[in-house]
Amino acid sequence: MMRILAIAALIADAASASAQHAGHEANMHAAEGASQLAPIAPSCSPEHEKMGHCARPSTLPPAPAVPRPAISSGTPLSGPEHAADTAWGAEAMAPVRATVYSEHGSMRTGKLLLDRLEYRAMKGRNGYRWDGEGWYGGDYDRLWLKSEGEGSFGARPESAELQALWSHAIDPWFNFQTGIRYDIRPRPHRAHLVVGVQGLAPYFFEIDTALFLSDRGDLTARMEAEYDQRITNQLILQPRAEMEFAAQNVRSAGIGAGLSSIEAGVRLRYEIVPEFAPYLGIEYQRSLGKTADFSRAAGNDVSGFAFVAGVRAWF
Amino acid sequence: MNEPTIRRRSILRAGALGLVGLGLDRNFPAWAQKGSAGLRASMPTLTGEDIRLRVAHDIFKVGARAGHAITINGVLPAPLIRLREGQNVRLHVENSLDEDTSIHWHGLILPFHMDGVPGISFPGIRPGTTFTYEFSIRQSGTYWYHSHSGLQEQIGHYGPLVIDPAGEEPAAYDREHVVVLSDWTFQHPHRLITKLKQKGAYFNRQKQTLTDGTMTVADRAMWGGMRMDPTDIADINGSTYSFLINGHGATENWTGLFRPGERVRLRFINASAMTIFNVRIPGLPMTVVHADGQPVRPVETDEFQISVAETYDIIVTPTAEQAYTLVAEAIDRSGMGRATLAPRLGMVAPVPMLRRRPILSMRDMGMGGMVADGGGSCPPEHAAMGHCAPGQPATAMRHSMRDASSLPANVKIGVGVDMIAPMPVDRTGDRPLGLEKEPHRVLTYHDLAPLVPFPDKRPPARSVDIHLTGNMERFMWSFDGKKMSEGAEPIRFDHNERVRVNLINNSMMNHPIHIHGHFFELVTGQDHGHPIKHTVNVMPGGKASFDLTADAPGDWALHCHLLYHMHAGMMNVVKVRPLSAGDAA
Repeated sequence: MMRILAIAALIADAASASAQHAGHEANMHAAEGASQLAPIAPSCSPEHEKMGHCARPSTLPPAPAVPRPAISSGTPLSGPEHAADTAWGAEAMAPVRATVYSEHGSMRTGKLLLDRLEYRAMKGRNGYRWDGEGWYGGDYDRLWLKSEGEGSFGARPESAELQALWSHAIDPWFNFQTGIRYDIRPRPHRAHLVVGVQGLAPYFFEIDTALFLSDRGDLTARMEAEYDQRITNQLILQPRAEMEFAAQNVRSAGIGAGLSSIEAGVRLRYEIVPEFAPYLGIEYQRSLGKTADFSRAAGNDVSGFAFVAGVRAWF
Repeated sequence: MNEPTIRRRSILRAGALGLVGLGLDRNFPAWAQKGSAGLRASMPTLTGEDIRLRVAHDIFKVGARAGHAITINGVLPAPLIRLREGQNVRLHVENSLDEDTSIHWHGLILPFHMDGVPGISFPGIRPGTTFTYEFSIRQSGTYWYHSHSGLQEQIGHYGPLVIDPAGEEPAAYDREHVVVLSDWTFQHPHRLITKLKQKGAYFNRQKQTLTDGTMTVADRAMWGGMRMDPTDIADINGSTYSFLINGHGATENWTGLFRPGERVRLRFINASAMTIFNVRIPGLPMTVVHADGQPVRPVETDEFQISVAETYDIIVTPTAEQAYTLVAEAIDRSGMGRATLAPRLGMVAPVPMLRRRPILSMRDMGMGGMVADGGGSCPPEHAAMGHCAPGQPATAMRHSMRDASSLPANVKIGVGVDMIAPMPVDRTGDRPLGLEKEPHRVLTYHDLAPLVPFPDKRPPARSVDIHLTGNMERFMWSFDGKKMSEGAEPIRFDHNERVRVNLINNSMMNHPIHIHGHFFELVTGQDHGHPIKHTVNVMPGGKASFDLTADAPGDWALHCHLLYHMHAGMMNVVKVRPLSAGDAA
């Protein structure tokens, strides 16, 4: 191969001015000589050089006035855009070219995550909760579905909602999400416009925040944050906090203006495989301000602990 | 010309498992048989001017498990093709799959329309059809061939290609073995990339934990603040892969024979989809004689790292009547390929334990330009001189890890770029990742000196920067922030121009960057000359430069040879113009 390269170089040279040719050849011999004499030198790293321990040959010589080799077949960079078209025909190449471009980077994937499916043991009433999401799409745009709800055994669910969102990546870690939320419980059904941001914050906090504007004009907000602390690579302690806010009283839902409720818990899960992990945990819930007042008036507790047991699964 | 396949019932293994009669047949080419005496003229080998290859679905067995494979002529690895410099060859490739396939001749200098990349060099090979590649052999050395269609390479579509020189062989030897390293999975390759998209670092089961004590709280906070994981060394690893040597798993222990006193040449080819290996043969010093098929001045070492798609030829001279273990350890130490060199089949040597998984350093973050900023930039020689102390607390947090101000406007700093190396330095002289502190000799690119100097002595007339970019969390990979699917602007070279290409790694992963149709001089700055290669491993947060003579008109792929990085978008087209008449005759 080297011979061929040398021949190619010589042919190219032959077409250029003879003075250049002579210079090039002399250059070539000089460099060959140097190269054969040089011993194998130990590495000279940049830091070393900086400290003056050794000297590295200049790696990027100043751009010299090297003439482009004369090329018989035309001006620099000219020619057909797609070389293979000249060999196989544009018709044969076009669809395959479209495929090779789209195949390298545009794959779509999906995920279904049941983040919390749990049994909740609380004073006076035991219940359940689910919280899951699913998405499908490319790297930037995805259809994103979310659902959560809870209830007590032997009664209708207290809350149940479904969100359908368009999710758009806005930076390496965060997605802007917008769409609708529909509350199946409590009655009467409510629809909301949703605008939110979800993603991975510095220090690996998973964040999900959203504003909800209901079909009655009520504005509420929700912030969730969670963090995975690995005790081992399979045993993971997850602290989690959630806050809800309202811009006004929403009497029908028993929500008062301001910070309406908080939830804070820890769950310890064991990932049998990354996709499936049973867990145990404890959670504290509290209604605040007007919301607490509404709750008391309805004869409900405003705060309490729940022991939880459930599974986290995805595929 | 079909290589007769030697069917071997794995009686021993199946018997041990009580599965006699249930054991599946598995096929190896003769050179990859356990107990191979090495490459011999008498051995059935694909050679001559007409070579037939048949690509088909197959079943492949590792350990006690069988999985779906794509094989060539019914063997995995694919048959050895042995050619001679100066000959012409016609390779007839029959596609028996139900999907398109292709073969790319990795490292071969040939006309662009024979390079075998669908959509770039040719239309691909449709199911049920036969395509004939035809070109002349203009080089010698150790190369390989593999599919460039989809993710077929992952499941067996790869094989060795050895070209004997027309003249004298510069590195004399008495016996030779081909050693094909690869990674095997029983899962569908699309499932693997889906997992990576669903959950960043899905396959990493060696993450830091609360109590493993490998980092200070301050260092952990710094990494956490960047949303980066210092244990993210290999995207896919031993949690899924079985590492193969000539198609054999570690327990199957491929064995190559030698007679004491012989000079044994081992032609290493890393045909993995995703795995960079650390290779050593405890007790035997290795003399590196070729890199990427090109002869280098013999240099002795105890361990070398072979990135994906690289080849190294080494010579060992075992003098004792004993077995030696050949260890190919995955870069993240999640598993190893293991084989044996022995005078007789059945002899074994102790198998070393996996070493502790490395963690990334400041230098891997692209802060290599800072002096004494932490363990990473304090190499052992430095520490020995008292210039710095390894493990000093990090002081670099104030440096933004995503400051785009130093980058040219053509680099798209968007969702797909989670990091910009603040002070990347040339790392071609660094010991490879994880081998910084090994007490024995470790090969670096600076140790490689070409035996035959590169013929084009012109200094480069211009330079081109290519930024290697990615997003670990979303598993997006690209050049200059643009995935190939986003219509990355091709890189254009003038025919025969001499150009310096600077590869700047803005990520914390190694990327083996491969250019088709060309060899380049890897700029090491060493007086002994620049090694001539087709693939260069660019270390995390570092730089590597090569000087290229764009002497091959046509369109050529340029990509990261980590298969799933390429599939995620880390690929582009190099266009060398003008085409001269007859280029695509």
